[in-house]
Amino acid sequence: MASSISELLDDEGYLRNLSDWSEEIAQHLAQEKQIQLTPEHWEIIYLLRKFYQHYEHSPAMRPLCKAIALDLGPEKGKSLHLLKLFPGSPAKVAACLAGLPKPDNCL
Amino acid sequence: MNSPKNILLMSRRAPYGSSAARDLLDIALTCSVFEQNVALLLLDDGVLQLLANQDPQVIQQKNLNSLQSSLSLYDIEKIYIDADALEHHGLSHSELHIPVTLLTKIEISQLIANSDIVLTV
Amino acid sequence: MTTLHTLNQAPSNVNLMQSCVGSLQPDDTLLLIEDGVYWLLNTHRAKLPAALKIKALRLDAQARGLTPLVSEVDLIEMDEFINLSVLHNKIVSWF
Repeated sequence: MASSISELLDDEGYLRNLSDWSEEIAQHLAQEKQIQLTPEHWEIIYLLRKFYQHYEHSPAMRPLCKAIALDLGPEKGKSLHLLKLFPGSPAKVAACLAGLPKPDNCL
Repeated sequence: MNSPKNILLMSRRAPYGSSAARDLLDIALTCSVFEQNVALLLLDDGVLQLLANQDPQVIQQKNLNSLQSSLSLYDIEKIYIDADALEHHGLSHSELHIPVTLLTKIEISQLIANSDIVLTV
Repeated sequence: MTTLHTLNQAPSNVNLMQSCVGSLQPDDTLLLIEDGVYWLLNTHRAKLPAALKIKALRLDAQARGLTPLVSEVDLIEMDEFINLSVLHNKIVSWF
């Protein structure tokens, strides 16, 4: 399983094809980043996949927070909340787990 | 941290025939990430970038309408177009994909004069 | 001898269209491709000679959101482009 997943990833560990994504793959990628996925993670992951379908790109931090606040409420859209769930660079880590390309405009 | 600049991004090129329209949006989103005040100004054939109902998958390109829809999430709300250009193409407001502000030539010259930085693609 | 003329620039390039139209013979066809398809918008089309045989590639019009705004009869598929290329003696590109 592990070796077959790594064949689907690019050099930076992002899925090459959106359609290859599954919850199992998200679990596997999360494990590698030492993240234990909870319902709070999954709602962000699914929101990101919806974002990509609609806007055809992976969001940077600011629009991600805004989109989450609009959809899941202002508390969830705070960057602190995202930093707890996806430590480091939330926009990049969450995009990776959601099977999206790396965000272009991310600091 | 320096205070944000008023950046005006200008384009007079039609979409898809060149990368100008795509570049305009990429630069706009990047400026927003750096928390600058961004305004877009479309002149001449540039107003055609905002036509609704684009379906560029058929020519293997990404849909600019999708990116344009996300501008408000990047706090880019100032989207100006040259009213004369819209009329020149026989188009109206209602045929565009997102809300815009129509400007006269005089207003355009003032907009340029009042911007800190003007970039043309 | 007939010629198929293709033109790929948007309407702000008026000089290109003038040169092209001025070079057409009665039996020639003008095919609008890429950004040239915007010439199908009524206000621009009205500036071209009425007798001119004008076609445009459907895929390029569809990509740009033009299909609801222009006349269906002017739009052709890729295989028709190939037909036109064979039916005319030569092709001239205006770009």
